[in-house]
Amino acid sequence: MAATDRRAFFRVLAAGGCAAALGPASPAAAREPRQAPPRALGMLYDTTLCIGCKACVVACREANGTRPDDRLDPRWDMPLDLNGRTKNVIKLYQEGGRRSYVKAQCMHCVDPACASACMLHSLSKDPETGVVSYDPRYCVGCRYCQVACPFNVPKFEFEKAVPKIVKCELCRHRVQAGVEPAEVGGFSRYPAGQGPACCEVCPRGAVIYGTREELLAEAKRRIAATPGKYYQDRVYGEHEAGGTQVLYLSHVPFDRIGLPDLAPEGVPKVAYTVQEGIYKGFIAPVALYGVLAAVMLRNRRAGAPPTEEESR
Amino acid sequence: MTSHAHSFAHAPVGGPLMTRPMRILLAFVALGAAAMVWRFAAGLGAVSNLSDGYPWGIWIAFDVVVGTALGCGGYAVALLVYVLNRGHYHPLVRPAVLTSLLGYGLAVLAVAIDLGRPWELWKVPVFFWRWSGSPQLEVALCVAAYVLVLLVEFTPAILEKIAVGAPAGRRARAERWLARLDRSLPFVLALGLLLPTMHQSSLGTMMLLAGPRLDPLWFTPWLPFLFLVSALVMGYGIVVLEATFSASAFGRRRETPMLARLSKVAAGVALFWVLFRLGDVALSGKLGLILSGLGALFLLELALHGGAAAILATAARRAQAVWQLRAGLLMILGGTLYRIDTYLVAFRPGEHWRYTPALPELAITLGIVALEVAIYLWAVKRLPILAGAPAGRQEA
Repeated sequence: MAATDRRAFFRVLAAGGCAAALGPASPAAAREPRQAPPRALGMLYDTTLCIGCKACVVACREANGTRPDDRLDPRWDMPLDLNGRTKNVIKLYQEGGRRSYVKAQCMHCVDPACASACMLHSLSKDPETGVVSYDPRYCVGCRYCQVACPFNVPKFEFEKAVPKIVKCELCRHRVQAGVEPAEVGGFSRYPAGQGPACCEVCPRGAVIYGTREELLAEAKRRIAATPGKYYQDRVYGEHEAGGTQVLYLSHVPFDRIGLPDLAPEGVPKVAYTVQEGIYKGFIAPVALYGVLAAVMLRNRRAGAPPTEEESR
Repeated sequence: MTSHAHSFAHAPVGGPLMTRPMRILLAFVALGAAAMVWRFAAGLGAVSNLSDGYPWGIWIAFDVVVGTALGCGGYAVALLVYVLNRGHYHPLVRPAVLTSLLGYGLAVLAVAIDLGRPWELWKVPVFFWRWSGSPQLEVALCVAAYVLVLLVEFTPAILEKIAVGAPAGRRARAERWLARLDRSLPFVLALGLLLPTMHQSSLGTMMLLAGPRLDPLWFTPWLPFLFLVSALVMGYGIVVLEATFSASAFGRRRETPMLARLSKVAAGVALFWVLFRLGDVALSGKLGLILSGLGALFLLELALHGGAAAILATAARRAQAVWQLRAGLLMILGGTLYRIDTYLVAFRPGEHWRYTPALPELAITLGIVALEVAIYLWAVKRLPILAGAPAGRQEA
């Protein structure tokens, strides 16, 4: 191959590289951090209050019509984790003398990775409440949301021929049309029977709901009242993965109860910075197409044999 | 074929179709088809070991992510032939387009099997007002468009087949269409180069969303670029493999000198990939991780690509078919490993999740590969794909 051809080859390779690199290379393309909507609904769970009664698990089943998970033993409803039948679960952590219950459900991220993965916004963040909601009508069942979620929350009905994604939607279906939350004892609440079932049933107030702002203030109040009681005197979810609308207070290390150590940036940030960098306004692809078509036309006019017959 | 305007450079190989290898291939296809029926009747859980921890298994990691890269022969060769080298590697183009068409077509089939709700798939191209910025959407639309482009690129073979031995009227119509296709070819081919550039890089972007759960040795904002370059390397590998196979199986003239020129570029690209990947890991301060966890796999990826480049470093080895083939196989292995690592091995959903493919899962993947080879064999025997007449027989 002639040296000029080789140079030309690496020029095209470099052009492709530049297109792919636009995102990470230019800070101008960096994606703005997402903010929670002002009235974002969330939950606050406190491990020191939870007694592991699992009333919330049962209430969640009733509210969402999910079948009991009796696959381990037909006599008991015993989900081992969130799964295709279980949107909310209580797990137990034990290590040495330390023990803690922990509640798991969707974290309702401020910048949800699952929704960023979803092709047709089948998973989307409600602009008012910030609840990460699922609409199966646009779901092809690709399960990219499951790959993307850093909390491993969205579940899939693997045992069904007509499956759906299953995840907590903060009982949004229970809210009657036109009903707005009103302040009750410092927290924004729906009328009884319309709020998240797990929060309404909890006998210890271990999980409560309200706006993210109210819950963050409450969590900080609890930390200030008894410094040292909570792990790192810190609220999990204030900054993790760009912030979550479900917040945790824990007396044991967060990573021991299934809350991973995550950077304060939203998970989609890198992928979207790269993607939007390359495809902003579709300019780079159109330009590349123009260059390729022009080169091929020029080659053809130069008498090169791009067609089958002429080559022999 | 002296009486009309076109004398075609490609000819069907001919020969019996139902050979022993073909019967074995079809048996695998039947097995895979049975598993597929079971999958749609009973759901994904019944036939696969896919789980909420490992929602993607070999169907995505191998059939789609590796399969489309193996389908990049058409992309890699077209880039050289039409843009850079003005028709020099010409006889390689048509078989490369065929393998690309098969690789991509069957990747789409694998996606349809893997999707939980494939009946909603038509909404993806249609409901454009709901489109998100998901890198997977970009992959889906681009792959679908590229399959169409490959079909157009492949049409001349079918039209020539129609023209040969047809009555004058039909032959004239086929030749009119051939001429029309020929005029629009630069625009179609430009699309055929743009689309793989887009979706092969986006296949890398996709795993950026798995960020916190992807092993740091694989997570880098350069994933799309690494995937793009890797697709070119694998594309060259598959072209060498395909050319060697058709030479030995059908007694076609060896394209060794032509592949020698191609190998020089391929070696450069493979070496570039190694240096870039190593440099990226080093500059982001992750070199220490090589000693832990999955470091061995990372090194193996580099060794396979580097080994291919080393083999093709001397002109003497580049000129020999056997070394070309060895290097091509190393490239395919290296690229396959990189892709499976990124999508499966380096994806860490949590300690208690495990994944090894189930038997029916493997049966479907094997069935798809067997179908691909079977269609390839049928096509080269019945359609004008391969250039040059077999030894001892002149073109009719």
